[in-house]
Amino acid sequence: MRNPQLNANGALTHLLSIEGLPREVITHILDTASSFLKVSHRDVKKVPLLRGKSVFNVFFENSTRTRTTFEIAAKRLSADVINLDVTRSSTAKGETLLDTVDNLVAMHADMFVVRHAASGAPHLIADHLRRLGREDVHVVNAGDGRHAHPTQGLLDMYTIRHYKQEFTNLVVAIVGDILHSRVARSDIHALTTLGAAEVRAVGPQTLLPTAIEKMGVRVCHDLRSAIRDCDVVIMLRLQNERMNGALLPSAREYFRCYGLTPAVLALARPDAIVMHPGPMNRGVEIDSDVADGPQAVILPQVTFGIAVRMAVMGILAGN
Amino acid sequence: MGEEALQIRNGRLIDPANGVDAPLDLFIAGGRVAAIGQPPPGFTAQRVIDAGGLIVCPGLVDLSARLGAIEPELAAAVAGGVTSLACPPDSKPPLDEPGLVERLVRRSATVGLARVHPIGALTEQLAGERLAEMNSLARAGCIAFSQAKRAIVDTQILLRAMQYAATFGYAVRLRPQDDFLARDGVAHDGEVASRLGLTGIPVVAESIATATALQLAAHTGVRLHLSRLSSAAAIGLVRAARDAGMRVSCDVAVHHLHLSEMDIGFFDSNARFDPPLRSASDRDALRSAVADGLAAICSDHTPVDADGKQLPFAEALPGATAVELLLPLTLLWATQSRLPLLQALARITSDAAAILGIAAGSLAVGDAADVCLFDPDESWRVTPETLRSQGKHTPYLGYELSGRVRLTLVGGKVVFEG
Repeated sequence: MRNPQLNANGALTHLLSIEGLPREVITHILDTASSFLKVSHRDVKKVPLLRGKSVFNVFFENSTRTRTTFEIAAKRLSADVINLDVTRSSTAKGETLLDTVDNLVAMHADMFVVRHAASGAPHLIADHLRRLGREDVHVVNAGDGRHAHPTQGLLDMYTIRHYKQEFTNLVVAIVGDILHSRVARSDIHALTTLGAAEVRAVGPQTLLPTAIEKMGVRVCHDLRSAIRDCDVVIMLRLQNERMNGALLPSAREYFRCYGLTPAVLALARPDAIVMHPGPMNRGVEIDSDVADGPQAVILPQVTFGIAVRMAVMGILAGN
Repeated sequence: MGEEALQIRNGRLIDPANGVDAPLDLFIAGGRVAAIGQPPPGFTAQRVIDAGGLIVCPGLVDLSARLGAIEPELAAAVAGGVTSLACPPDSKPPLDEPGLVERLVRRSATVGLARVHPIGALTEQLAGERLAEMNSLARAGCIAFSQAKRAIVDTQILLRAMQYAATFGYAVRLRPQDDFLARDGVAHDGEVASRLGLTGIPVVAESIATATALQLAAHTGVRLHLSRLSSAAAIGLVRAARDAGMRVSCDVAVHHLHLSEMDIGFFDSNARFDPPLRSASDRDALRSAVADGLAAICSDHTPVDADGKQLPFAEALPGATAVELLLPLTLLWATQSRLPLLQALARITSDAAAILGIAAGSLAVGDAADVCLFDPDESWRVTPETLRSQGKHTPYLGYELSGRVRLTLVGGKVVFEG
């Protein structure tokens, strides 16, 4: 089966998931992002790559932050950006996902940036566009259910490469609610593709997906032994609704077992970096002393995120 | 009308119920098998059907096929060689009232294609709370009682339902799944669901419900049939119960003999099934269970329209059109498993008829002439146009399958010719 995000020539048509992306494609995105990062530091922050193109931010699930970073990225590429808050409009009137897509295609959309609560929704849209013969319209997955958040995965790789240069000797721990995390899945695919030495999936059994080791990670239930000798620690957000119930007894106990404190971080390599996709729950998954400490690279992640999203949109529009 | 005297000549007659696999002519009169091999005295055929190169077997018996619209689905059934089918009670409205059952029986008889055997609801509205009027439903034509895809969560009510059914000797059919363990699940809880971020249904959801059903059935003495098993664990429990002398039967949906969780690919909603497609080792266990006769095969035919499938995987409706694929997919399994046709066809004829307790799936002299003639080697492409069912969704869309039905008889009457 052909990877649905690559065209017949192996070029990227959509960005749906990091799964199955060749290493060269990932590296090309990161290299391109590197050149866009310089643009962000100029007085005039725009390049004309997407001039005349319409980028539709179609968010079936609320997320002001992610939507804003895509909007900034598209505007810096000189695209016309249209934000659709679909949670409040058409679907509330019973329109199906693909009806919405058809309408936007009729408005001459060139690119969709899609967030949806259901895993696989961007794949469905990409498949629909293929059946319509509209492979000139590109889909960027901005997060689908628990499945994937590929631009977050890519910006995480950008961040790691920025601080660590290369991946082959790295030990990376991903800590927390991996079960519900699309970021974790995207990071795991990216890290295994880029050849990280070891990826550790850390959390209680209730927050780890079945057979997660099949994705090429080592499962650890003990935070301290998992952090030992790590180069990179990626902390995941714990959603409020999962803190008390059948998955976890309480936020307090979670912090005691899986919260990243300076004492725990001291077990990692001295030059280890700490990442978080945001927004953070201070005192739940991460101690403020760590979040604001010298090893945290959480704000640079945000800056890199814009350059990475520019790179993705620029490459898709060029293919 | 239609009950003319027929001679089916030159075919290879395979009749698993009677252990027949030989080049024998079939003589039909008055809607029944009049003779095999040699014509009965004084027989004059009004029509002679040449079955050269074809297999002549009993019309197929499908343990589970949802009808949706009656006429197109029964036309699909006979085009697939199916002459008797059991219809689960989860229609809208559910089959929990004698009037509804009578209407279904009457309407399907009027259509006059495949014979329809309704399965009544075990509880009112399938809600698992109050018993349905089983005796009245049986009088209206129900041949067994089930909850279709719904579970009876309250085990005391399940016990009472079995006791009540056992009182009258009715069979109870259950699709074993624990509602709590399966909550929100849309795919097998395994590596594919984990990778795709889909909520999993663990195997224990099926095995625990299977163990519960087996123990309650042993306790009540009810005749139990477990429908659409999907896991090696559940098969193992049924095998152990049978080995211990319990009268229990089970079936496997034909898709589950061929597909696994891997076939979901990138969120292919055509591979969304209930129960879910499980691991390759589960599939292998299902294949052996069918091969050795522990389980029969059903189509689990479920017509779903495009609106129900063109949705993100978790929101799409489960099920596939299958009644026209039952024969070719059974033949494919038999070929792959190197099983003789006599044995393979038993799973979709005599075994299924025995489970349902209906007089079908046999071509002895005097039996109703429900017959299927098919070319085992002719292949055809599965497309929306070649399928007669209103359901056009199947993972096999675009595939070439071997085994084409050429003629179907119900009660000696030609109901399909292709």
